[in-house]
Amino acid sequence: MMFIPGNKPGMMADACIYGPDSIMLDLEDSVTLAEKDAARLLVYHALRSVDFGGVEMVVRINPLNTPYGKKDVEAVVKGGVDVIRMPKTETADEVRELEAEVLKVETELGCPGRTKLMAAIESALGVVNAFDIAKASPRMMGIALGAEDYTANLKTSRTAEGTELQLARQTIVVAARAAGIACFDTVFSNLEDMEGFRREVELVKALGFDGKSIINPRQIEIVNEVFTPSAKDIEKALLVIAAIREARSKGSGVISVNGKMVDRPVVIRAERTIALAVASGILDREEAL
Amino acid sequence: MRNSKLASLEEAILRSGLKDGMTISFHHHFRGGDKVVNLVVGKLAEMGFRDLHLAASSLSDVHAPLIEHIKAGVITSISTSGLRGELADAISHGLMEKPVVFRSHGGRGSAIAGGELHIDVAFLGASSCDELGNASGCPRSENAKSICGSLGYALPDAEYADHVVVLTDDLVPYPNVPMSIRASRVESVVVVDSVGDSSKISSGAIRDSKNPRDVLLAKQAAKVILNSGYFKDGFSIQTGTGGASLAVVKYLRESMVGSGVKASFALGGITAHMVKLHQEGLIGKLIDVQSFDKVAAESIASDIAHQEVSAVDYASGQHLGSAVHALDIVILSALEVDSDFNVNVLVGSDGIIRGAVGGHPDTAEDSALSIIVCPLLRGRIPCIVPKVTTLTTPGRSVDVVVTEYGIAVNPARPEIAERLAAAGLNVVDINALCEKAMGMTGRPDPLPFGERVVGIVMDRKGGILDKIRNIEQ
Repeated sequence: MMFIPGNKPGMMADACIYGPDSIMLDLEDSVTLAEKDAARLLVYHALRSVDFGGVEMVVRINPLNTPYGKKDVEAVVKGGVDVIRMPKTETADEVRELEAEVLKVETELGCPGRTKLMAAIESALGVVNAFDIAKASPRMMGIALGAEDYTANLKTSRTAEGTELQLARQTIVVAARAAGIACFDTVFSNLEDMEGFRREVELVKALGFDGKSIINPRQIEIVNEVFTPSAKDIEKALLVIAAIREARSKGSGVISVNGKMVDRPVVIRAERTIALAVASGILDREEAL
Repeated sequence: MRNSKLASLEEAILRSGLKDGMTISFHHHFRGGDKVVNLVVGKLAEMGFRDLHLAASSLSDVHAPLIEHIKAGVITSISTSGLRGELADAISHGLMEKPVVFRSHGGRGSAIAGGELHIDVAFLGASSCDELGNASGCPRSENAKSICGSLGYALPDAEYADHVVVLTDDLVPYPNVPMSIRASRVESVVVVDSVGDSSKISSGAIRDSKNPRDVLLAKQAAKVILNSGYFKDGFSIQTGTGGASLAVVKYLRESMVGSGVKASFALGGITAHMVKLHQEGLIGKLIDVQSFDKVAAESIASDIAHQEVSAVDYASGQHLGSAVHALDIVILSALEVDSDFNVNVLVGSDGIIRGAVGGHPDTAEDSALSIIVCPLLRGRIPCIVPKVTTLTTPGRSVDVVVTEYGIAVNPARPEIAERLAAAGLNVVDINALCEKAMGMTGRPDPLPFGERVVGIVMDRKGGILDKIRNIEQ
């Protein structure tokens, strides 16, 4: 998920050429108070007229309790955004309030239910309520960690190792999995430290995150490298899937690959590997079926 | 020493026999740091010369003081490869009566060697020189103040000018060897405070880019090279200026290391990237007409496999021995490319001169594979256009255009298009790119060109390729 400031038309215009999985246009922290209205208008027109190449479009709005939040919702729903990202989410009620606002605009447009939601968790209270937030609405597609505000709220600061984020990261992954939605890790802002970035991406993948928020196209390659399954993993997964099919066709309940029993978690992992390989473009959909 | 050629600048000018109406020449190896042009023309103005033809290998932002000398009638015509900054702006708006004549580096070399561009007095800056005139772009003493490396663009001037004055900021004991300019070609040696600021050699057009779009373009261009059919052991390569085209080498390196394929030589403007690959054993020899940065300039001073080449031996279209004829791959940038693959590297989309022809048409024509790296848009300016503002490199010599929205291959090279498509690269029709650009920016209004011709772009053989008209306010 690549963050683009909502007041930078030049960056929006060609954001899709770098091949991000989703583009998040930001109306919140990267836009100064004086430019809130201009950025909203710009983002609305960008959603309407720029060819983003079919990439999933996300807009981070301002909180609903600011003078900008509701206007942002109206503009981006009318612009046809795929996902609204709510910042600084602390309770499930906030998600439901956003859902009601979105529905109001969608009903006016005649397309109720079109817009998905995601919530950024950026405080201790948000982490404590992560599961409630994740299942607050059927529109929720994911939750994400916002580490800068979170560490400030914890009265600590960020370290290279990310020790201070451990609980939040794991809580968010567990909450997302329990609610059956996706989870995304926070941004890494030191563009000079690509090795540190790689280590962090490897860590969050190991923790179970589905993806990483990025602030520069140069970070995309590393995220893709880390998250794309290896050829060996894909080969193994394809064997597992083939074995399931074979077992099913024979009406057998027992699945084995190379003489070893395969249990359900292995099958789920194999299916996820194949889905990721197809999404990464390294495995043909036909081949996977 | 009995035959010392040492002189003050004024004495050297008087000794040269320079008269009103004659042609003086300069090189641009110090690029944005050059101090020789302004110093010499300032002295000529002071001495009362008029109606001079200034024939530089190129001119840049630092030469804005020429505007006053043009207004005063000291300089009345200019030949160059490029113009930038205030001077370019003023000329585009009609500062000069006579149009500026633009030649490629190879074209200038040919024109000097063939006599079409006759130089009366050449004023050539050098980082070291002895008092008989053996001159070099390399520092040769502890007192050295500058370094520019290759003097390739100055060599035709030194060879064919009627009279040669070397200016240096480090006079060293005889013999200053190895020399680039031979003492037998030099009439006067003038010691000055500074011939150029070496730290500015890599300013101007040359950038080592971290811009994500440049990185993307460079990676795509590297993929084009790898899959073009020309990436094989012993290949040769050249890169032009511009962040993306310079960065291609960086990404090509990884594939060279991985595959064991090595280049026989790199040509043209030599950069630190090229030097690194050479030192790693990935590029055999460096043939250097112009050292693009300090690392390259230091390398040519110390490495026998890193050799200087004159503009004639580098890129002349009329000398079959010139190095471009042996060149496999060249990667170049562009201000604009049109749907016939024609390239403009000289005039901005606002109609104002802001670039240099350089070795672009020479290398594009004579290399086996020419790749132009050019974004679809720069800001809100389309770069893939229906028709270039000014033609500097004809489309017939351009093979591949790499943009961030796809790779266009000249229909004259179907085999390359096939190879790239087979490798999974996004090969697209150049008309589709042009339409996409127009779709994003809208069709620009016609430029407010006037009737006066302010520039003439020569082709490599001395014919006229295009004319640049003045831009109205």
